[in-house]
Amino acid sequence: MALSRLSSRSNTFLKPAITALPSSIRRHVSTDSSPITIETAVPFTSHLCESPSRSVETSSEEILAFFRDMARMRRMEIAADSLYKAKLIRGFCHLYDGQEALAVGMEAAITKKDAIITSYRDHCTFIGRGGKLVDAFSELMGRKTGCSHGKGGSMHFYKKDASFYGGHGIVGAQIPLGCGLAFAQKYNKDEAVTFALYGDGAANQGQLFEALNISALWDLPAILVCENNHYGMGTATWRSAKSPAYFKRGDYVPGLKVDGMDALAVKQACKFAKEHALKNGPIILEMDTYRYHGHSMSDPGSTYRTRDEISGVRQVRDPIERVRKLLLSHDIATEKELKDMEKEIRKEVDDAVAQAKESPVPDASELFTNMYVKDCGVESFGADRKELKVTLP
Amino acid sequence: MSAILLQGAGAATSLSPFNSIDSSKLVAPSRSSLSVRSKRYIVAGSDGTNKSFGASSLVARRSEPLIPNAVATKADTAASSTSSKPGHELLLFEALQEGLEEEMDRDPHVCVMGEDVGHYGGSYKVTKGLADKFGDLRVLDTPICENAFTGMGIGAAMTGLRPVIEGMNMGFLLLAFNQISNNCGMLHYTSGGQFTIPVVIRGPGGVGRQLGAEHSQRLESYFQSIPGIQMVACSTPYNAKGLMKAAIRSENPVILFEHVLLYNLKETIPDEEYICNLEEAEMVRPGEHITILTYSRMRYHVMQAAKTLVNKGYDPEVIDIRSLKPFDLYTIGNSVKKTHRVLIVEECMRTGGIGASLTAAINENFHDYLDAPVMCLSSQDVPTPYAGTLEEWTVVQPAQIVTAVEQLCQ
Repeated sequence: MALSRLSSRSNTFLKPAITALPSSIRRHVSTDSSPITIETAVPFTSHLCESPSRSVETSSEEILAFFRDMARMRRMEIAADSLYKAKLIRGFCHLYDGQEALAVGMEAAITKKDAIITSYRDHCTFIGRGGKLVDAFSELMGRKTGCSHGKGGSMHFYKKDASFYGGHGIVGAQIPLGCGLAFAQKYNKDEAVTFALYGDGAANQGQLFEALNISALWDLPAILVCENNHYGMGTATWRSAKSPAYFKRGDYVPGLKVDGMDALAVKQACKFAKEHALKNGPIILEMDTYRYHGHSMSDPGSTYRTRDEISGVRQVRDPIERVRKLLLSHDIATEKELKDMEKEIRKEVDDAVAQAKESPVPDASELFTNMYVKDCGVESFGADRKELKVTLP
Repeated sequence: MSAILLQGAGAATSLSPFNSIDSSKLVAPSRSSLSVRSKRYIVAGSDGTNKSFGASSLVARRSEPLIPNAVATKADTAASSTSSKPGHELLLFEALQEGLEEEMDRDPHVCVMGEDVGHYGGSYKVTKGLADKFGDLRVLDTPICENAFTGMGIGAAMTGLRPVIEGMNMGFLLLAFNQISNNCGMLHYTSGGQFTIPVVIRGPGGVGRQLGAEHSQRLESYFQSIPGIQMVACSTPYNAKGLMKAAIRSENPVILFEHVLLYNLKETIPDEEYICNLEEAEMVRPGEHITILTYSRMRYHVMQAAKTLVNKGYDPEVIDIRSLKPFDLYTIGNSVKKTHRVLIVEECMRTGGIGASLTAAINENFHDYLDAPVMCLSSQDVPTPYAGTLEEWTVVQPAQIVTAVEQLCQ
């Protein structure tokens, strides 16, 4: 809707030439995919490898897509916050707002054949992989139409057809799984890579180093991404890690430190990492990012950090604001257009929530489905050689 | 079919010292009182004399080997088995290797990972020669990191590979418990059926020959509550190969429990391809008086005791339950309905063991058919000691089985 209006309006303008510097002011067509080059705000820091260039090739279409996707993710997380407080979402709910740039930047650099596996803070990664809002909300509310049919919950979103392997509750356990995915990709000669995401808290797990050793030994195309939001639940990194340089912890494995609030920097780093991993084996990316919410909905998030710190980051480093500024300064869209876009996204999210609220809960018989897979002509019987059926009072 | 082959294996052991035991002198095993069980001791006299000994004097009396080998010896088995059908003779570890090799030939997605499985050939030679044949990527030597390589196997399985993960000793897999429990067992469920985890986790466990406490662990009791996995225990070359093949072909995660002392069992197995049903128990010896349920190495202790019992006029029905999760309640139930008495003989610990679960399952389902309470003989709840005599007393011995049967059949 907004997009078509924009494109019809901009047809009257001249098509711009390729520009190198952000300072030139020309009207770009918002659906234009001709390349723009933008410098990242913060340089990359590298360990045992070359830093990628700070100049990122992008296009107005892409930046607009970043804005839209991040706004959608942000809205989804805020909606999840209200749903949790309304007791429609129960248990644990770990929100990703503030870290959206990571999800969208990564998606921009890879294909659906590349695998992503992450921890419990997986809502936005799921959406980034192509998951639908209504599937996410249904799963959060424990409905049958959820992406895991209501059996997984917030921490167990998966999307097999998009190579999204979840969604794991135990801190750090997804890292060996991620290396297994990379192993399978090497085994099948897929020419694809695996991004195994974990946090600064999980960076202290032994299995990370075990998996790193194996990946480096066998040259697996595994990219380990440390989402360093500076707090492992309530413990700041300076209190939990002797060495806060998570990208250097690989020792013999190269690493790159990236500004995780800059979607373009994330995209550049992931592109670089993918090329590296396919040729040389594992690489660690440390994404310097921040979460506005607490660790989960049961954590106010202000007992171990000041509200000033949170609002400071929101003012200076917010990923959506950064992209908004880019869009405005490059004249890709006007303020009003962006606001309209956000309104639309809000409506989209509200509709998804409403639809999810209407969805049915799983039947009682679903309790026993997907425990085992029947195969080999061999079946699992109960005491009477009949299939185990559920009868609940 | 399997019963015929296996009777040969079980009957081949020769156990003269035990045949002469007067079992009435033995302290009767009691299900209820742990303290009584701990005082149980074995009296063996090869000269036919039977005396009651206190624990201290038994220690002093070391001239006779107390417990004979409960493992089939080579010559006898060969003679009795070859008569039944043509096939080829091999040892249990070779049967496992054959099964593994056939499955790897059949499906390129099957790979093996574990410590020293490749170039070294496997610490128990189960994967010998496979690395040369299939290459390093399919037979992976991992560094010593059970947590990571089990996780890797599970991650690879999520994409469709079929790894066979070997724990060099089952006890080491405790380090991978998180991966086995949370990822292996649960991913099929929590993803709403999107991912299947067709891994096989296998390795030798059980009490060996003075291997020490940490290398004599029986993990079946720890893993049995994990939802979403299947557990099987092999006990003969025939079912080892069959279960290995079935486990690899299964879409569910299967834990295959082998036993350190059974790797050198010899048997003749069919030349043609076969697999064993993962959920089925094996009838070792049909009988009328009492059902003895057992698995893995204890099967041989039971068969040994069965010889004694037969001489005394009892007719025990021996079932190797094979499937530890889920239990084959059908076969077990039919047997209970016939004999009305159950004795469970297992090697895992008393507390929270397979026998405990099985007792509960039998009591719940077949209570009306029981004439006597279900009796369960398990290993003592102690870390396995190093000293040979102490180690022998940790596990259930044939004499105790005989006594238990006599007590139940009164």
